[in-house]
Amino acid sequence: MAIDAANTTTASQRRAGYRFNLTGWISLIVILTWALIAILAPYVTPHGISDIVDTDYFGPMSRQFPLGTDYLGRDMLSRILFGARYTVGISLAATLIACCIGVTLGMAAAVTGGWFDTALSRFIDALSSIPSKLFALVAVAGVGSSIPVLMLILGIIYTPGSYRFARALAVNVNTADFVTVARIRGEKLSYLIRAEILPNIIGPVLADVGLRFVFIVLLLSGLSFLGLGVQPPEADWGSLVRENIGGLPFGSPAVMAPSFAIASLTIAVNLLIDNLPQKIRDRSE
Amino acid sequence: MNLHLWSLLGGRLLVALLTLLIVSLVVFSATQILPGDVAEVLLGQAATPEAVAGLRTAMHLNDPAIVQYFRWLGGMLTGDLGISYANNRPIAELIAGRLTNSLELAAATALFSVPIALALGITSAMLRGSLYDRSVTMATITVISVPEFMIATAGVLIFAVWLKWLPALSFARDVHSFGEMLRIYAMPVFTLSFVISAQMIRMSRAAVVEALNTPYVEMAQLKGASRTRVVLRHALPNALGPIVNAVALSLSYLLGGVIIVETIFNYPGIAKLMVDAVATRDLPLIQSCAMIFCVVYLLLITTADGIAILSNPKLR
Repeated sequence: MAIDAANTTTASQRRAGYRFNLTGWISLIVILTWALIAILAPYVTPHGISDIVDTDYFGPMSRQFPLGTDYLGRDMLSRILFGARYTVGISLAATLIACCIGVTLGMAAAVTGGWFDTALSRFIDALSSIPSKLFALVAVAGVGSSIPVLMLILGIIYTPGSYRFARALAVNVNTADFVTVARIRGEKLSYLIRAEILPNIIGPVLADVGLRFVFIVLLLSGLSFLGLGVQPPEADWGSLVRENIGGLPFGSPAVMAPSFAIASLTIAVNLLIDNLPQKIRDRSE
Repeated sequence: MNLHLWSLLGGRLLVALLTLLIVSLVVFSATQILPGDVAEVLLGQAATPEAVAGLRTAMHLNDPAIVQYFRWLGGMLTGDLGISYANNRPIAELIAGRLTNSLELAAATALFSVPIALALGITSAMLRGSLYDRSVTMATITVISVPEFMIATAGVLIFAVWLKWLPALSFARDVHSFGEMLRIYAMPVFTLSFVISAQMIRMSRAAVVEALNTPYVEMAQLKGASRTRVVLRHALPNALGPIVNAVALSLSYLLGGVIIVETIFNYPGIAKLMVDAVATRDLPLIQSCAMIFCVVYLLLITTADGIAILSNPKLR
């Protein structure tokens, strides 16, 4: 019955096309704005990111420095705009790593079945029973913290979630007749997952990619906040909070502004996924 | 039937133990793939090759990795956690007091947040679709989407800087009165509660909503029972299993939150110890802390699983 209901909604939505509500549009605009800022960072910053432009430190908001100045008297707005590059860039790369590995392995496991599926699923379950922050701490302790390493660590930490999600969807599709036909035709594993499974799960998988991006942004910010993520002189949004935490007793805008940047991005992605057209996310629940 | 139940529970326990073994392998190998040599790091750049070789032999670093792993695992199982690189003290000694501190913080948070979160979750499920429900849902999504340190800094800004009710980012260890203790614990407990309550509200709401969608609830409504009676007498007893399950799962989010909260408030707990150990690359200490965290986490997850099995009337 649930499947019937899903089919009818899909059918009615297909006629309406991709319809988007207001919240969805606003979220999309926020996300695109941050993406543009990340790409154009050096051209949109009003001041140099390492220039000490104010004689005072932890300066308040003013016309010249809209978000105040940091603990050395550098312009906070410029530092946040440039920080977008690290936060968005590293998280995006890590999300791609996690989802490419996770989704491919998940589909392969569902299609192959047997001991390969069992062994891989058991191992992945064990990996996902290490809390993500703890996993990151152990990995950073082991291999240190540079930007490529961070991308890889964050990607590996969120591979299990992506694997489980894709596998659960692929197991359903795998029982469909057209997959059986393709299998009888003698198609190879790579063809099966690319041409038969993937097109049928791509919508929910993309919604899941968005959620995983949010988790990764939060974990990266948390790590940087602990001083174990992006290392000075480079600074993502988490590092910006850390280096300006001394301004907290003065109520300096330099402490809260980067947090608000993180929140605007993560909430926008969450809301976008919640308001995606039914057609895309109908099986994501 | 009862035998079936016990075999299910036993199976869960076995899976947990197997998982722990794989986790220990991952933790050990993640901290051993460092290209540098521990002996060289410990002795510094000025060390003579003979001294480095001597230390390597003394620390059994020449053995194959698998032998080192089993020696380490054996030590863990017999309570010998090794010696800290940073200050040469036995790790068990370093950890003992810190662990108690962290458990106190966790217990205080659970006592404070579980009743509030359950009340919010159950009432918002009862009033599904209302303005109250929508604002609770929106608030939980917001809390889940922002980093923990933002909740902590916002809390400090409001309660310590603007209202001046609470001390800010310091954690005094000498406590003289109950009131003083309350003031000191307030910020960390408050922040952690926020983080785990959001999860708990979502999960308990979902559990009650599911129970309210069943045919017997519809029957009770048709019978003319009041809304309160339907929820309290018909839906809630059946949702109790999933709710307790949700509580146990949400408490596992404490582990992630506690790492940030102990660092930001300078709380002398085991998570702060571990973060400091990562900064100084004190590998044996990191391994021990990581294993303790994983054991606690698995304990909570397995308890949640067990409760889900026990509360399923079909299995009784």
